[in-house]
Amino acid sequence: MNIVVCVKQVPDTSDPDTEVHIDSSGKGVDQSKFSFVINDADNFAVEEAILLKEKHGGEVTVINIGPEGANQVIRMALAKGGDGAIRLGDDKFAYSDVVATARLLQSALKDIQYDLVLTGCLASDDGYGAVGVTLAQILGVPHAAYAKTVEVVDDKKLKVGRELEGGLMEMNEIELPCVLTIQTGGNEPRYASFKGIREASKKEIKVMDLAATGLAEDQVGEAGSVAVMTEYSVPEVGELAEMLEGDPAETAGKLGNILKEKGLV
Amino acid sequence: MSDIFVLAEHRQGELREVTLELLTLAGELGGNVVAVLLGSGVDDFATKIAGYADKVMVVDDPMFANFNAMAYQAALVELIKKDKPGLVLVGNTSQGVDLVGSLAVELEVPFTTDAVAVSMEGDKPVVTRQYYGGKINGTINFKDADTYVVGVREAAIPAGEGGKSGEVTKVDNPVTAEITARKFLEYVEAAIGDVDITQSTLLVSIGRGIREDKNMPMIEELAGLMGADISGSRAVVDAGWLPTDRQVGISGKTVKPKLYLALGISGAFQHVTGMKGSDLIVAVNKDPDAPIFQYADFGIVNDLLKVVPALIDKLKEIKG
Repeated sequence: MNIVVCVKQVPDTSDPDTEVHIDSSGKGVDQSKFSFVINDADNFAVEEAILLKEKHGGEVTVINIGPEGANQVIRMALAKGGDGAIRLGDDKFAYSDVVATARLLQSALKDIQYDLVLTGCLASDDGYGAVGVTLAQILGVPHAAYAKTVEVVDDKKLKVGRELEGGLMEMNEIELPCVLTIQTGGNEPRYASFKGIREASKKEIKVMDLAATGLAEDQVGEAGSVAVMTEYSVPEVGELAEMLEGDPAETAGKLGNILKEKGLV
Repeated sequence: MSDIFVLAEHRQGELREVTLELLTLAGELGGNVVAVLLGSGVDDFATKIAGYADKVMVVDDPMFANFNAMAYQAALVELIKKDKPGLVLVGNTSQGVDLVGSLAVELEVPFTTDAVAVSMEGDKPVVTRQYYGGKINGTINFKDADTYVVGVREAAIPAGEGGKSGEVTKVDNPVTAEITARKFLEYVEAAIGDVDITQSTLLVSIGRGIREDKNMPMIEELAGLMGADISGSRAVVDAGWLPTDRQVGISGKTVKPKLYLALGISGAFQHVTGMKGSDLIVAVNKDPDAPIFQYADFGIVNDLLKVVPALIDKLKEIKG
């Protein structure tokens, strides 16, 4: 089974030192102090792709839209077991919305024989959670979002468990080829081995610019988008908690007293 | 303004609350509120929804007994093409997320997802979304179109009282071909563990700030001293440090303890939705900008790995 897995590089916003500041353009953020990581859900998608390859054979192709710096997340996916990679890299791709993003991914898929396309279910930076489902429609194949379990039934179909609210699983049978957006927590993403990292450094990352995609300039970036984020703003902050000040012992002391007063300890 | 279509959401014989939230929003935006209810034997839902809509369009067919994105899409495309609503609102839920992108692309209309606020500028919706884990907001500007599709975050807009009395109209199922590419099989309920955190009086809840599995013993010691149960955020459950049934949030449990002690939890909306009803919320987080402090009654800006040992000492002292 040949699998394509789409990965995005995102700022590590789980790091409390990653402060998000709007830049002077008003529609970007200052990225100078960001450390970048693979998007969390995409990491689970990579693992799912490699698990399926290990069980059923085939090849895993890693696709990314990003600048050269994104090669680090591509190489890590290759080190874990990816066979080949494509990076869609062109300044003209900046500010692509969900539809333009999906169109770019489709252009990278046109020369690939695939049975299954995996994406993460949600990107931690922009949170659209829609690229995979949109891509499926553009490709004309079925899809399922929030997939947490993936079983191969036969070479024509999968049994897919979608995670719903409250942790309820919705089991579906879905025909191949298809697109699944992978939810976090369904597997245990591996660490790359030293051998894998060494081998990945030799694998080619094919770079596609606008000309290579065969798309017109008005099909990508802001020009090719139908729903563009035009202005960032600082959200109104609700009333904050009463902050307990001091060193750890002092704050713990104050908290302990509050809990005691309220009869909670 | 033209019609606003609102897709009703139901599951396992229950109408989901997000439906009333979307209908309330549609009513506030003005225009003719049309609830679209796809289901099988859903007269009760239609009656309830009618209180929030100017019209309820019901397509009653066994095909819609359980959610199937492809069946829903096939029906909605036909209904939308026929009536040409100016706006289509869908919950940004596990159903809506499975549907909105492909529906809009098939209709060739602009869409966006996970709106936290929607307003109208003339006939065009203006959508506010959150970026970077809720640290900043962004405004979506749509290209001109006759119809826009917007996925709206669950629990972002409170459901009102209704006050309408829409006419319920049954519509023939426009989907004549059987949907074969994707089939609903069954629901599998989440596993039940040793502790039911929805019944806990005190919860010590941990997030990414715990950093490593090896820091769990101090949390267990703290919880033991307090007589609290341990719960956590999605990240901690994904990492395998807590079982799935201890997860708080949209895809986990909704809890209302007397005390919710959030340790190293940033407070993403998916989590907050599951714990904001707690009596007393105390948050410890290194990041002073963490959204959790907007929901907490008391906050400590520090590393939980430093605060927890100190709190253990303090509680031992109190207990004598």
